Amino acid sequence: MASDDIFILGIYMTKFGKHPDKDTVDLAADAALNALADAQVSMKDIGVLAAGNLMAASAGIGQQLQKQIGQTGVPVYNVANACATGATALRTAIMAVKAGECDMGLAVGVEKLAGAGLLGGGGQAKKDGNHYEPKGRYGSVVPVDGRIGTETMPGVFAQIGMEYGHKYGGTSFELFAKISEKNHAHSTLNPLAAYTKKMSLDEIMNDVMIAYPNTRPMCSANCDGAAAAVVVSGSKLKTLAPDQQRRAVKVSASILTTDPWEEACQILPNVNTLTRNAAEQAYAQAGVGPEDLDLVELHDCFATAELVHYDNLMLCKPGEAAAFFESGATWRDGKTPVNVSGGLESKGHPIAATGIANIWEVCHHLRGEAGDRQIADAKVGLAHVIGLGSACGVHILERSAA
Amino acid sequence: MGQQIPMVDYLELGESPHLVAKECEACGARFFDRRNACASCSGTAFKAVDVPTEGELRTFTIVAYAAPGIPTPFVAGVIDCGGTSVRGNVINTPADPEHVQTGMKVRLSTFVVGTDDDGTEAIGFGFEPVGN
Repeated sequence: MASDDIFILGIYMTKFGKHPDKDTVDLAADAALNALADAQVSMKDIGVLAAGNLMAASAGIGQQLQKQIGQTGVPVYNVANACATGATALRTAIMAVKAGECDMGLAVGVEKLAGAGLLGGGGQAKKDGNHYEPKGRYGSVVPVDGRIGTETMPGVFAQIGMEYGHKYGGTSFELFAKISEKNHAHSTLNPLAAYTKKMSLDEIMNDVMIAYPNTRPMCSANCDGAAAAVVVSGSKLKTLAPDQQRRAVKVSASILTTDPWEEACQILPNVNTLTRNAAEQAYAQAGVGPEDLDLVELHDCFATAELVHYDNLMLCKPGEAAAFFESGATWRDGKTPVNVSGGLESKGHPIAATGIANIWEVCHHLRGEAGDRQIADAKVGLAHVIGLGSACGVHILERSAA
Repeated sequence: MGQQIPMVDYLELGESPHLVAKECEACGARFFDRRNACASCSGTAFKAVDVPTEGELRTFTIVAYAAPGIPTPFVAGVIDCGGTSVRGNVINTPADPEHVQTGMKVRLSTFVVGTDDDGTEAIGFGFEPVGN
């Protein structure tokens, strides 16, 4: 291992689902303490803490966590980057270690989201009556959500999938539903998933329609959860025990991008270009290609989103995502297994935890510790998240050579 | 009859209602919101340009669940109006996949959104299938 490489030394995710008896700090502490135990280190070894909790982004989750598990005086970075918050926390810890400010860092993402319902819509509260007065950046006299397009997440991502279909063909309501069928089937092997029920194509297509073509099981599941990771420099790892070195997972690439301006990107979020840019940079940094990936955890916040990211992450040829999926490539026994955890649609999407939980999934396969859903002999994996606004995190991970 | 006010300031009412974009004088990027500078080239000079009222539906969704108070279902989409992308609802046609398809030709149409206590009507816009 090279001294300037970065490794995941320990990692943990809580069960995703409903945790009515635990608050945000409880869940964060649960993830952090277990990640430290997994790394066989303690808070005293940690030189930087990066933490994210999107729904209470101003509460200072990092310091709240320190007050419960160890106030060591190290710098805390509280981060918020929409659904990429967890990946941003991880990348912040990685950057601090890479910069040589410390040799070990802790990243934590946590969210209490069970029962949160529809996210993204509504806009500013304004009454239709009284006296019309233009307000805001569009000089609007009434709320625009629902009157000029939709701001709800299921509808936004539905359009993203439909746009891909319009551009390249080959998509249909049924095709998008089949992607969901895959992820729900995968979830039956993941005891930490919020939902582990296999669903038939008929059940998925006939479930409650949220925003065509996304029915309810094709939407990410709001739930509670937390995940945490300990990162370490290669030079420090060399001084640690053989078992720590053996289980360490190499971070071959850590990339964060935002969306470069393109026509229409402020009309409908363009989740494609920034993902493609992140993937290109990640493959170059890691020195691997899409064909080398043994598994991929990508941001299937909606079934319609998973499809476009096959293309954006270059798992298939441009424009051929539908045919790629239809070939069976992304099922767990396929060429490039995608979301063997069950994905956000069944594992769940506690926003700030998601970008570390997907790393946890990949790490467990690379360590050969994924139990019933182990992808045999997995050596390289990729984890991807998108936060609208937008931010994209891509990490490529490799099994330790030790 | 009371006065009318556009629902958003980039909708121009009158004889032939249409949308007006702010076009960056340096690079031609178009925007509908109040600008500090251009997101494409950081230029700070903009001119008002009329956006074609006819276009092609590039993508859509049929929203069945929305925030409280928003009538559903409705069709939300993106319309390519001669190279300028516009966010809008598809109106004056049933909100189902049999009547709404990507690639369909649509044109801008206005309607009364509501009336305030002074009797002023707020006028909104959507896009209806051409041929209606």
